[in-house]
Amino acid sequence: MARARSRTRRETVVETRNLSMRFGGVTANDDVNFRLEAGELRCLIGPNGAGKSTFFKCLTGQLKPTEGVVTIRGVDMTGADPHQVAQLGVGVKTQVPNVFDGLSVRENIWLAARRAHGAERAERLTAETLERVRLGDIRARAVGALAHGQRQWVELGMVMAAEPWLVLLDEPAAGMTDEETVFTAELIREINRTASLIVVEHDMNFIRAIAGRVTVFHRGAILMEGPMDEVSADPTVRDVYLGHKH
Amino acid sequence: MGAETGAGRLWPLGALAVAFMALAPQVLQLFTIINLTTAIALALLGLSLGLIWGYGGILCFGQTVFFGLGAYAYAVAAQNFGDTSTAVLVAIAVGAAFAALLGYFMFFGRVSDVYLGAITLTVTLVFFSLIRRTSGPEYKIGDALLGGFNGTSAPPLTLPWDSAAILFPNQLFYVAMSALTLSYFGCVWLTRSRFGRVCAAVRENETRAELLGYDARLYKLGLFTIGGGLAGLAGVLMANGVGRVTPDLFGLPYAAQAIIWVIVGGRGTLIGPILGAFGIFYLNSWLGSQQLVNLNVVLGLVLIVFVLLLPQGLAPTAMDLAARAMRGRGRARRRRRPRRALAAEPAE
Ligand SMILES: Nc1ncnc2c1ncn2[C@@H]1O[C@H](COP(=O)(O)OP(=O)(O)O)[C@@H](O)[C@H]1O
Ligand SMILES: [Mg+2]
Repeated sequence: MARARSRTRRETVVETRNLSMRFGGVTANDDVNFRLEAGELRCLIGPNGAGKSTFFKCLTGQLKPTEGVVTIRGVDMTGADPHQVAQLGVGVKTQVPNVFDGLSVRENIWLAARRAHGAERAERLTAETLERVRLGDIRARAVGALAHGQRQWVELGMVMAAEPWLVLLDEPAAGMTDEETVFTAELIREINRTASLIVVEHDMNFIRAIAGRVTVFHRGAILMEGPMDEVSADPTVRDVYLGHKH
Repeated sequence: MGAETGAGRLWPLGALAVAFMALAPQVLQLFTIINLTTAIALALLGLSLGLIWGYGGILCFGQTVFFGLGAYAYAVAAQNFGDTSTAVLVAIAVGAAFAALLGYFMFFGRVSDVYLGAITLTVTLVFFSLIRRTSGPEYKIGDALLGGFNGTSAPPLTLPWDSAAILFPNQLFYVAMSALTLSYFGCVWLTRSRFGRVCAAVRENETRAELLGYDARLYKLGLFTIGGGLAGLAGVLMANGVGRVTPDLFGLPYAAQAIIWVIVGGRGTLIGPILGAFGIFYLNSWLGSQQLVNLNVVLGLVLIVFVLLLPQGLAPTAMDLAARAMRGRGRARRRRRPRRALAAEPAE
């Protein structure tokens, strides 16, 4: 699957052109032009309300952009339904955890694996994924009864079990302890070995840990883009974002 | 996991059904057997609602619309064709097709759960009042007069290969019991299949199911259609048990009772709604013979007691108690097996 790492210009896997999203009078996204290359691990940062989740939802089909175009691997997916986006081989984890609370950990993962694969392959993938996200011991527990961090990993496990080539994660480490965050960063790097990623995140240490390129959102638009060190050294970014935080 | 997921625990239930089927006509009076066929019809209606509500999260307040349509389709088709086997198939098809049509508009129109309940209830009540007004001779389908609030006669089932061989009440009971048993096991199989598991996932979290790539609307539509077909079959049994089909089949009393059977028996189980239907049916006929208290008052009380004290319903509560008793025994024998987590899928 590591089709990505070549020297030549890589394939564009996600692109938005002039994407705007308005809720009544509120402009949540304003003329966003964005491009993600195959194999990339891209972080979206920006203060609360900057429009990251809205942009994210336009990519996953949860929102239909007011204007502009979303393409995934060259296919126009503007206004497509979430299941159609997912069926391309895209794995999504939302900001508000979305899991099957009444079902067991194992079944949550199995449902993800079984969508695209036959029965046997799905069983194998489920077993492997349970090990990878270290939930094997509690596979029979109902997800609704788990701690917050574990629920997040169940959701990550669901993303991984489907073997996606493109993964979109909205605040995967939100509310986690430092220790849990370290493991989550590890999982994300692991996912990146076979998939391109977009990760919305707040936590600077987390972003440094996963060491990707960074896109800064501010007031619904892209403020700048670059490696983390460059971005965090930029005075405008410090002002709108880092300055806000501390 | 509930008892219904353990394959080992299913065969006693099947054996029980077969034993009941073999013994009941030997020991019970004819009147009781005829009554039992009606109870079985209602149990099948309960099962159909238990399937779509418990496993698909589709709260349909008007499951009786498919029940009534099935019954009428059977009566009309049997009167016209003379062949009751075809009429049975027509009834199931009409129940399923109408569910598919109604479901298509509701699910693809992204109607919310509350409105879905209101719409389905309205639809069944509309059928109730429309069919009540069909008493004139101009209201006929083929040779069958619809008959307004008096309804129309339902020709009894015959042998499939000999339309002169009308089934006796005992034989009708066998047919009804077989239909219920097969439908029950069919539903168990369905809820364990990939399709059934995805329906449970949609019930738990539609957004997540969509984000995994499942088209939630299609799964709900499929389950709703199957539920409609089962309710149509229940209508056939009802028509045979009573001998007539009347607009009452669409009415509020049955529509409300179906909900009560599922709540009392246990939502999220398949055996619960069946037991709930039997229980309430016999409670009704017992109270009817006593003439002491108003039926609806008692039904209301039963509902309140269950919602407040046994919200899970009979079947899950009994399973919990049984599981606890088993664990207690295990401890007494000082055999300490590692504790397994309970009820990963409460919905079974
Ligand atoms: N469904 C909605 N309806 C109205 N306003 C919304 C909706 N979703 C988001 N917004 C607004 O859009 C802006 C961007 O929100 P969001 O994308 O959630 O930001 P972020 O994820 O960067 O914190 C905010 O002002 C928010 O209030
Ligand atoms: Mg957000």
